[in-house]
Amino acid sequence: MAQSLAKEFTKGLWAEIPPFRLVLGLCPVLAVTKTVENGLGMGIATTFVLVFSNLLVSLLRNVIPSKVRIACYIVIIATFVTIVELVMQAYTYPLFLKLGIFIPLIVVNCIVLGRAEAFASKNSPVMSVADGMGIGIGFTLSLAALGAVREILGAGTITIWGGNSVFDMATSFPGFNPFTFMVEAPGAFVALGLMLAIMNLIGEK
Amino acid sequence: MREMMSMIIVLTVLTAVSGGLLASVKSGTEDRIEQQIFKFQLAPAMNDIFGKVSNDPAKEKFEIEHEGIKYKFFPAKLEDGSKAVAFQTKGKGGYGGDVGLMVGIDLDSDQIVAARVTTHSETPGLGARAKDDPEFVSQFEEKTMDANLALKGQGGSIDAMSGATITSQAVTLAAIQAQDLYKKLKPEILKQIK
Repeated sequence: MAQSLAKEFTKGLWAEIPPFRLVLGLCPVLAVTKTVENGLGMGIATTFVLVFSNLLVSLLRNVIPSKVRIACYIVIIATFVTIVELVMQAYTYPLFLKLGIFIPLIVVNCIVLGRAEAFASKNSPVMSVADGMGIGIGFTLSLAALGAVREILGAGTITIWGGNSVFDMATSFPGFNPFTFMVEAPGAFVALGLMLAIMNLIGEK
Repeated sequence: MREMMSMIIVLTVLTAVSGGLLASVKSGTEDRIEQQIFKFQLAPAMNDIFGKVSNDPAKEKFEIEHEGIKYKFFPAKLEDGSKAVAFQTKGKGGYGGDVGLMVGIDLDSDQIVAARVTTHSETPGLGARAKDDPEFVSQFEEKTMDANLALKGQGGSIDAMSGATITSQAVTLAAIQAQDLYKKLKPEILKQIK
């Protein structure tokens, strides 16, 4: 029991890490990872939705009629997304402004619906929460990593929580010029593609 | 038939519970969200419009109801001693919904001091320039309450932003609404300020 629980949790961190292994949910992955902070914020919001929607779908898995299951999942997911949206507006307003439309769009993120359909509807609540946590944290780490690569190359800094620069390329490497291409949309594709290639290289052996 | 009933019941119960939950979260966060919007949207806009003021507009704000909508007015005492008031109107028909415009009006000369776009969901780089680049809204400065603030293409006096005509139009609609509101409500505003 404990072993399989750990397995469900850790598979989201490497074996099935969403953007790189499953290649799912790419819309927010490409759009919000201009900075580490945006990536982290988006990842945490998605994790919250994922854990609670998995829990509820799993609890209700014997009650929900199979013909209307997708509609029910969407209602559950949309409820949690709206809660996240309101809470973010109340407590992290500047981040909410930056993420903008991508917060409400978590509703149609295929990772969330995918986990509800493929995992939570067939497994116990405890397992489903572990699965949601694992996949969510994996998603958060991926977004943060992609955000870090793009921010370092594109802006030359790493800035988190309130504008203090944690790392500055210009001080470590004098003469560094920001590569603005990386913070624009095409840069997102290039960075994601390179990271996918590296992941595959490590996984190959 | 039984299956049909169970589908209807499950969906109804689920949506009802969801609605109730969201209503309570909404009412629980409402006040804080309003404060946050003031802090991050209205206060910077007001700062841009009036510059330094010698009073605290947030504390002295008052509400006037007009045609069923409550408008918040923020009185300001400017550096040169003149009195002004700022309020927000919403221009319908932006590219991504309503565009909020904060307009500051001098109470003595009835001229617009300045205007700034506040809340919007316009496209970054195009419509969003209305907020990021104050050049467009600076056209409203020193306009009187009788000036025609429509776009030039519609017989007015405002140049549209190139590539963002729809946003420009939403902003001018908000400005025209502000003129209208000010003209109608001026007696009440003066009564509240004294």
